[in-house]
Amino acid sequence: MRYVRAFGRFWWDFVVGDDWRVAAGLAVALGLTALLTHRGVNAWWLLPVAVALLLVGSVWREAGGGG
Amino acid sequence: MSSSNVLLFLTTFAASAVEAVEALTIVLAVGVVRGWRSTLVGVGAAALVLAAIVAVLGPALRLIPIGTLRFVVGALLLAFGLQWLRKAILRAGGYKPLRDEGAAFAREREQAGSASPAPTAGMDWYSFTVAFKGVLLEGLEVTFIVVTFGSTQGRLGLAAAAAAAAVVAVVAVGAFVRGPLERVPENTLKFAVGVLLTSFGIFWGGEGAGVDWPGSDLAILAIVGFVGLLSVALTRALRRRRASIRPAAART
Repeated sequence: MRYVRAFGRFWWDFVVGDDWRVAAGLAVALGLTALLTHRGVNAWWLLPVAVALLLVGSVWREAGGGG
Repeated sequence: MSSSNVLLFLTTFAASAVEAVEALTIVLAVGVVRGWRSTLVGVGAAALVLAAIVAVLGPALRLIPIGTLRFVVGALLLAFGLQWLRKAILRAGGYKPLRDEGAAFAREREQAGSASPAPTAGMDWYSFTVAFKGVLLEGLEVTFIVVTFGSTQGRLGLAAAAAAAAVVAVVAVGAFVRGPLERVPENTLKFAVGVLLTSFGIFWGGEGAGVDWPGSDLAILAIVGFVGLLSVALTRALRRRRASIRPAAART
């Protein structure tokens, strides 16, 4: 059980890391991109915009927000 | 060599160099304090495990359809690359302490010295375990980059060669200076690797999701430029913010 937990912990740190909101946001952005392209919209711009917003938001939160 | 192959080589080389510097610090500290034989056996065992992971996972990933592989690898690289980039930006902006190899070396040395004494004959399991764990843990991230980058671009050999070249270079410099590599600009390397991993993650994640990038493969250069400029701007904004907070705090 200890090894299973350690294995799970390793993958959580590896993929999700310190800010789960970034990982969740990426999942949403990738899902939306796939959905839009499936419906015929070439949404190449969506991922760069989402990454920019997620990175700025995460860094700013860690740095103490607007105050 | 195409631009994406050059970027593949540079990314793998820089990421491997950063992790090799950190692993070298641990190995040096244990080897100097407790002796080299068991330490080097631990290093060799970890290197074998890492090579086996590359040898097994690399060909296995080729069995997955390229679109699915790019989508999954792109998603993982994005999550992983953004973590590197986020930490590097916070460090460069002064919101996280920079890694100090000298201090890490002193800490490891002290721990190795305070453990039970090394046996005069046979295997010193403390040295073996610390060296094995250090090299394996630092090497796993590199292995991930080698396997995913190499498989997605069909250049596993090139990615593995870049990682090996970085390890050889770091070990050679470490042997030359006979100490931990304190002057390696680790955060700058991590910053650059974070930009490249995130950019490849965007590119492959998008391709896997069915996107047609304007300019085809050349889009990767534009994405690297976009992520790089954004990261530099964010670092500058953090530094300005920190500088403006300090005088205000000093006045109160």
